[in-house]
Amino acid sequence: MKTNDTSRREFISATLLAGLAITGCSSGKNPFEPDPATIETVKPSGEMIKLLSVDGEVIEVDKAFLKPVPSLPQVSNELARQGIPGKKFVMVIDLSRCKSLKKCQSACNHMHSIHPGQNWIKVYPLHEAEHTAPYWQPTTCMHCDEPPCVKVCPVDATFKRQDGIVLIDSDRCIGCRFCMAACPYSTRVFNWEELNLPKEIADQPYSCETSVPQKKGTVGKCDFCPDMARKGELPHCVSACPNGVFMFGDMNEDVVTNGAETFRFSDLVRDKAGYRLMEDLGTKPSVYYLPPVNRNFPFENNEEKEENKKS
Amino acid sequence: MESLAKEQIIKDLLPQKFGKAGKIWVGILLAFCTLGLVAYILQLKNGLVVTAMRDYVSWGIYISNFVFFVAISLVGSLITAVLRLTQAKWSTPLTRIAEIIAVSAITFASIIIVVDMGRPDRFYNLFLHGRLQSPIVWDVIVITTYFFVSILLLYFPLLPDMAILMKYKDQTGMLWLNKLYAYLGKFWKNTAAQIHISEKAINILSITIIPVAFAIHTVTSWLFATTYRPGWDSTNFGAYFISGAFLVGAGAVVVAMFVFRKAYHLENYIKEEHFDKMGKVLVLLALLYLYFNVNEFLVPAFKMKKSEEEHLMGLFTGEFAAVFWFAISTAMLIPIFILIQKKGRRPLPAFIAGLLVVIGSWFKRYLIVTPTLLHPFLPMHDVPESYKHYFPTWQEWAIAMGSLAGALLIITFFARIFPIIPIQETITEIEEHEQA
Repeated sequence: MKTNDTSRREFISATLLAGLAITGCSSGKNPFEPDPATIETVKPSGEMIKLLSVDGEVIEVDKAFLKPVPSLPQVSNELARQGIPGKKFVMVIDLSRCKSLKKCQSACNHMHSIHPGQNWIKVYPLHEAEHTAPYWQPTTCMHCDEPPCVKVCPVDATFKRQDGIVLIDSDRCIGCRFCMAACPYSTRVFNWEELNLPKEIADQPYSCETSVPQKKGTVGKCDFCPDMARKGELPHCVSACPNGVFMFGDMNEDVVTNGAETFRFSDLVRDKAGYRLMEDLGTKPSVYYLPPVNRNFPFENNEEKEENKKS
Repeated sequence: MESLAKEQIIKDLLPQKFGKAGKIWVGILLAFCTLGLVAYILQLKNGLVVTAMRDYVSWGIYISNFVFFVAISLVGSLITAVLRLTQAKWSTPLTRIAEIIAVSAITFASIIIVVDMGRPDRFYNLFLHGRLQSPIVWDVIVITTYFFVSILLLYFPLLPDMAILMKYKDQTGMLWLNKLYAYLGKFWKNTAAQIHISEKAINILSITIIPVAFAIHTVTSWLFATTYRPGWDSTNFGAYFISGAFLVGAGAVVVAMFVFRKAYHLENYIKEEHFDKMGKVLVLLALLYLYFNVNEFLVPAFKMKKSEEEHLMGLFTGEFAAVFWFAISTAMLIPIFILIQKKGRRPLPAFIAGLLVVIGSWFKRYLIVTPTLLHPFLPMHDVPESYKHYFPTWQEWAIAMGSLAGALLIITFFARIFPIIPIQETITEIEEHEQA
């Protein structure tokens, strides 16, 4: 009887801590409320874990009572479709800094649990003409201001928000793939089969702001990580890049940053002669490129070498 | 035909039970349909991963098959409406053949487009969240309209025949068929007033169906032409598609004419004259389509813009060259060569030319869809090797062939249940002819 009592108290304090670890939960279920089902079933394992309480006190909790933090309450579909008021998100990609480390790609793939082999961020080795210099060009979704994909979507599953971000609602997409045909940047991927996701990711409630979990039979693409923007943090590709290739920011504030450095967007794009991809198509991308001049790294295409070795 | 008595005509044209060949034919078609169904069930279970489509080639033979079906269905409007309104009386025995081809093709166009969807379970979203700015929604609207107008154009001319069918019920066979005839056409008393209303209705429908037919295939071409991709980004596309559609539809009618003529011994009704005239129509349509093809390929090839170059060279001399020249010659050049000669417009050579047109046109649709997708603006990169090619899997072939078999099955069963050549109209025409 006695052990049972203490374990319950311990359990409650553990959940309290877990609950406090979540900041900014605003609506929905009360995360502080312990799940009655677990109280009955969890038995102490005897293995104790040290935790730091909010008072700065070190406390011990039985491992069996630790449980994953419940998913953060997310913005509603309606709010996710509207976007963040007053913002106009923009990205600048500095080609002179890219050596195709692909940290952006792996971070993006990991954080969005993308199907193995598929990529939302692609890093192209480009070589325009015989006597021009080859360079690496990472591409995300361009989040066009005149998005061809949104124009053709028959069910408003892909949409343009007031903050400039183009998102996909995987709960609505019918999988016709017209948007993939319409996108000139080949940025969209399709979930051809059921994804073999770990349970904790598969069980996450879907939101078009996190784009997780991806769903079979629907289209996916780079989402500019609006869930991170809501938290005031940078997209995963931006923070993952050790060379500061990606700069993300708000055009209304005229500021972009790669985390380490911050620039005035208009100055940066003017001084370094920024441009957008396929300007002639009139899609008006939100992603700007800085040309590969005064490069930090020489162009070395190891992918090609590896492929040659294989063959 | 004057010598034919009314009784003889009715006897000749009443639907007949399947013979041995008919049963084998139906069996083969059913086998294909079943295989297609099995493949589709696998696709529903595992997702579109069972196809060879991937992120670059995101549309494959399902979509080219869809375009093929929409194209072939346009013939209903050509034979029934255009020839009717221009009072080309010779086309009377062909109207029902053309119309049932139209109805069955448009039915399977709708089915195959659902097969292509990643989430067919969310089809209702098209109605719940449909946005008028998407060409897909335009297609849904015009194809539905075309389907119903075509059904009516099939049904109204059937009404007088239904009365005949009920009168000769002991010869048509099964009891349930008579119940069907009664259900569909019992109200038809063949009075002057009814005939007047029916003719008026058919005239209105004939006029209505022409713009709707143009709309279904123009909108289908816009599914491609509204994108930026080389090979699709063309202002020529609507006319190019429509001319090709009339060609393949007319080819299909010639094939069907030959088969029905042989199977049901209709030599007195579908005469050599019909093959001759349809042969001439085919030549005209093939030349027209050839003209649009020249426009479609010569003009961009003259400029060889960088984005177009890869695509065009792939067709002319590259990986798609064999299919490209096969399609151009079988759909246009060889049929023109055969049918331009008087001997070539006899039933058998015309049938062969028609068959070539249909086969060539199927591959032509494939070439319209796939090669373009393999030549995106940015090079194919950061994808598994299998994403850079496309060759349909057995499931795709099974479903595509199953849908073609299904369309043929509808036509076959229709000819079993209803007279494939309008009985009443044939009689009326002979009577008019005799009076004159």
